[in-house]
Amino acid sequence: MNRRQKETAIRAVFFSFALVSILILGLIVVSLFREGLPLFRHVSVKDFLFGMEWYPTYDPPSFGIWPLIVGSVIVTVLATLIAIPVGVLTAVYIAEVAPGAVKDVFKSVIELLAGLPSVVLGFFGMVVVAPWLQDTFDLPTGLNIVNASSILALMAVPTIASISEDALYAVPREYKEASYALGATTHETILRVVIPSALSGISTAVILGMSRAIGETMVVLMVAGGAAAIPESLFDSVRPMPASIAAEMGEAPFRSLHYQALFATGMVLFFITLAFNLVADYISNKFKEVGSGTL
Amino acid sequence: MNIWKKAILALLCCMLTVAPAIAAESIVIKGSTTVLPIAQGALEAYMKAHKGVQISLSGGGSGEGIKAIVDGTADIGNSSREIKKDEISLAQKKGVKPVAHIVAFDALVPVVHPSNPVQGLTVEQLSLIYQGKITNWKEVGGKDMKIVAISRDSSSGTFESWDHFVMKKTKVSPRAQMLASNGAVYTAVSKNRYSIGYLGMGYVKKGVKGLAVAGVQATPETALSRQYPMSRELYMYTNGEPKGETAKFLAFVKGPAGQKIVAKEGFVPLKADAPGGKGKK
Repeated sequence: MNRRQKETAIRAVFFSFALVSILILGLIVVSLFREGLPLFRHVSVKDFLFGMEWYPTYDPPSFGIWPLIVGSVIVTVLATLIAIPVGVLTAVYIAEVAPGAVKDVFKSVIELLAGLPSVVLGFFGMVVVAPWLQDTFDLPTGLNIVNASSILALMAVPTIASISEDALYAVPREYKEASYALGATTHETILRVVIPSALSGISTAVILGMSRAIGETMVVLMVAGGAAAIPESLFDSVRPMPASIAAEMGEAPFRSLHYQALFATGMVLFFITLAFNLVADYISNKFKEVGSGTL
Repeated sequence: MNIWKKAILALLCCMLTVAPAIAAESIVIKGSTTVLPIAQGALEAYMKAHKGVQISLSGGGSGEGIKAIVDGTADIGNSSREIKKDEISLAQKKGVKPVAHIVAFDALVPVVHPSNPVQGLTVEQLSLIYQGKITNWKEVGGKDMKIVAISRDSSSGTFESWDHFVMKKTKVSPRAQMLASNGAVYTAVSKNRYSIGYLGMGYVKKGVKGLAVAGVQATPETALSRQYPMSRELYMYTNGEPKGETAKFLAFVKGPAGQKIVAKEGFVPLKADAPGGKGKK
């Protein structure tokens, strides 16, 4: 085999692996739609998306997922609001401020946090955070939006921190040098030069963190409280979409309306995650650094 | 990778694929978190006495236990309710014949935080609380504080029993919290003085207070005599009459040793005079 043939063979191998993953993704999407779409022969899209009542097992059943959508969105947004400052500042600290040894320790702690199984975090939320929240704020229940959001934020922080750190690391050294040359201090350089230059990467990190939070199942199943109603305060229980799917998929008779409704809920989640990814893609393209100012 | 590592790896792969065939017998059990402690206790004792028998057990709702029998993914499906009509017709379509084996009796017990002064409620009051029509403990003779109703998810046989005994034709309010297992309800109620939940009898332990219903406290005696209004059977389902190791295991559960475990786990044995049972006539 000469060099060129080898090259072609290797290219074919890589191509086929890439093809397999795309194919699998395609099959998943197809089956998601095949199982979910038949629901809309019995329930209108409007009633499904904006219906206020989720009673899938009653007779007659009602399949309104609006409270579930609201639950998911609120929990995710709040989680992101908590996770952005923590994640980004951690990244800044690791990338720009920390001395060598501290940097390594922080990085491994963050990686460890990313590796914690969500059921462990969920359990922590259930037996530690919930009673604490309840006692501290004298609430009727500790299984609520704030609890779920904090735990989800804890899960999004590693994603946000590590991707932001890469983005910060990729900021050309000349920028910083130019800033220092103009007499700027370290924190001025970080705030005015480094972070703005890395903004596209940081935004991508935030949005990927959000898609992780909105799709997360175990935590919201354990600590969000599971009430399928529109919340009136941040301390109310909610039932995000993944929690419903996880809790009910096992029982729903194969290809019954309930089963199809759960797949249709999965479709909604799929579209939300897809939208997040498109936005992330758009942002990273739009604010891409072009050229650099070297002499 | 050298040749020895490869050889060992190949051997391991072979063992992994062949292992289930080598093991003398294996039984797969799924479903109902109410029946879970009984099944867990029984399989530990059984596997100790019968070396070589592999029993795997997972929880989930009763719906999942019955579904596992219908789909043929388990040998035994645990359930805290009877199989439903549409589940039977689904089973028949697939040529599956679910057979019920009653393994214990249970009482469905409303539970509150131990600090709650309320001692008992009527079925009517329970229903109104879960419908979201009674929202303060003072309306049922307690302190002036909000009620947090905790329910089981709809896959749960315990939820179905609650629906049957308490809710009847009414719906559980969407504001009620829905939790996925008896264990989760126990944890939530034991940590929340506002809450009310409901549990299978075996889960009513120190951290929560069981309420009397219509003036009757749930005990093995009142559950067995049906004097307690929310008594029920616990089931293990099989596809057709069980054979081989599954039959032996079921006989073990229903036998004296198994029923001792039932009593130890806080449920009511089939015969109240079974060894270890608290009921004495």
